[in-house]
Amino acid sequence: MRNYLSRALLLCLLSVGVAEAQLVIEITEGVKRRPIAVVPFGWAGTSPNMPLDVAQLISNDLTRSGRFAPIDERDMLQKPTAGVDMDFSDWSILGVEAVVIGSVTQTGQNAYDVQFQLFDVFGRDQLVGYRMRASRGTIRRVAHRAADMIYEKLTGIKGVFDTKVAYVTAEQRGDGRLFSLIVSDQDGENDHKIMESNDPIMSPAWSPDSRRLAYVSFEGSHSSIFIQTLRTGNRIKVSSKPGINGAPAFSPDGRKLVLTLGGIDGNLDIYVMDINSRETRRLTTHRAIDTEGSWSPDGRYIYFTSDRSGGPQIYRIAVSGGKAERISFEGSYNARPRLSPDGSKLAMVHLNRGNYRIAVMDLKRKDLLVLSAGRQDESPSFAPNSDTLIYATRQSRNGVLESVTADGLIRQRLASGKGDVREPVWSPFQRF
Amino acid sequence: MFQYKSLIASFLFLVLAACASNVPDPDPVEATYSDDAAATTDGYSDGGFGSGEDVPYDPMGGELATIIYFEFDSSELRPEDSDIVARHAVQLSGNSSLRVRLEGHADERGSREYNIGLGERRSQTVRRMLLIQGTSSAQISTVSFGEERPVSFGNDEEAYAQNRRVEITYTN
Repeated sequence: MRNYLSRALLLCLLSVGVAEAQLVIEITEGVKRRPIAVVPFGWAGTSPNMPLDVAQLISNDLTRSGRFAPIDERDMLQKPTAGVDMDFSDWSILGVEAVVIGSVTQTGQNAYDVQFQLFDVFGRDQLVGYRMRASRGTIRRVAHRAADMIYEKLTGIKGVFDTKVAYVTAEQRGDGRLFSLIVSDQDGENDHKIMESNDPIMSPAWSPDSRRLAYVSFEGSHSSIFIQTLRTGNRIKVSSKPGINGAPAFSPDGRKLVLTLGGIDGNLDIYVMDINSRETRRLTTHRAIDTEGSWSPDGRYIYFTSDRSGGPQIYRIAVSGGKAERISFEGSYNARPRLSPDGSKLAMVHLNRGNYRIAVMDLKRKDLLVLSAGRQDESPSFAPNSDTLIYATRQSRNGVLESVTADGLIRQRLASGKGDVREPVWSPFQRF
Repeated sequence: MFQYKSLIASFLFLVLAACASNVPDPDPVEATYSDDAAATTDGYSDGGFGSGEDVPYDPMGGELATIIYFEFDSSELRPEDSDIVARHAVQLSGNSSLRVRLEGHADERGSREYNIGLGERRSQTVRRMLLIQGTSSAQISTVSFGEERPVSFGNDEEAYAQNRRVEITYTN
């Protein structure tokens, strides 16, 4: 048997999680990874291999969270696929605290049962077990959902492995650039191009039901706001007024958009639009730049960027109207506010010693924690569990994505080789 | 011996120059762009970004600059640019069928949508100057690309200075 301890040590030092095509490089080792085992799943079906290596996907998800260190298959003393075959002493010896076992069984031409069980080694009992139906088309999501359940059971935090991200890429094409709006699984797989253009695309925003994306397009050399339905690719132009149209964000009930309009005079202000009627109501009138509106989860407030006091700071205003109230006071530049879905934290772009970094303010304590370490970090977006953020940073001249936990302890570079990437936005929890 | 000393001297000079370029300049020295802008107008507008109409339209002949540059965090016209804007105003007020689009830009620092605002502020500065000098509002449209259409992709002050600009594009 290989020396498990030296192997674990090597894993800690390298801190690289390989998840199929998506390489993740850990930057901070702020949390001790918990040793667990994800045993290769059993398979019963007509073809030699199961349609997806479910155990590998679960293992990759848990590794990428930064909180777990699944042991190598070669170190496993046994590889049960059913609960009755579990021998807890074997797992105690290896020092793992939890074991995932399971199986995939073909039940029809394109139908599978995916079953898993999570065991607590010390307590010698089952923590959670599930059987889910899948097709070849849905088995990835089913596996991610299994990983979510395992993760939540072991950490108390809702998993976000079954979620998506949208982002914009820019590629050099001859004299100009080609911009693309992409949606992929949160692990980087399954990327789909939603829209492409020779003119810039900006500010993608998810609808609360995850079915639509709003975004700004500069096609025709002026800015317009579109809402596109992902499944069909159909889109409607919801705002193309003279001047600036920008920074759209869906309300929590999905019926309204906050947006920025500049008009002919170029005075950028916050407006709220009813999507059905397209009626807009003006919220701010100050001659400063007021933009980057973002909703509170209860739908009552809009947080936004304003430079009415000289430089950009975060303000909030009641959706019903009224006076804008200043929220950020630390430093000379705070912009691009985003509330966490649980309403407890506010992420922003914060100028810190000459560097633009992602910072998070606890809305109760009002303290500010700088989370990132780059020079041009931007576009923070919370995962729907409010625990992790994704954002864009620069590596030489290319934009790349990083994720960081809201406490700053686990930060990872998401190296995906997709060129110049910007404006990542994490989807809400997905419906099935 | 003599060659050795000059080698050291040039090495030191290079080191100092490199060091100097790394020091952030809090008060950027006003760059003398006016002559360069006129000379390199075609170069910039042939960069191929957006404005399909590459050749600046100047019925009076002669070279008329179509790019106005701005200082960091500023949307104020520099004195030497007022003259350039004034000459565009003369053209526009003299021919009401002329249409112009003012495209505002910002450097890449900071938040994207806020930079749209900075670019728009710069467009509006030029627009107001044109209006004051007799251009009619119907002749002018503005757009801001923020940091989305840089002409220079570097991350140093020189690149930033080239990106903080308004491009004046005749659209008919």
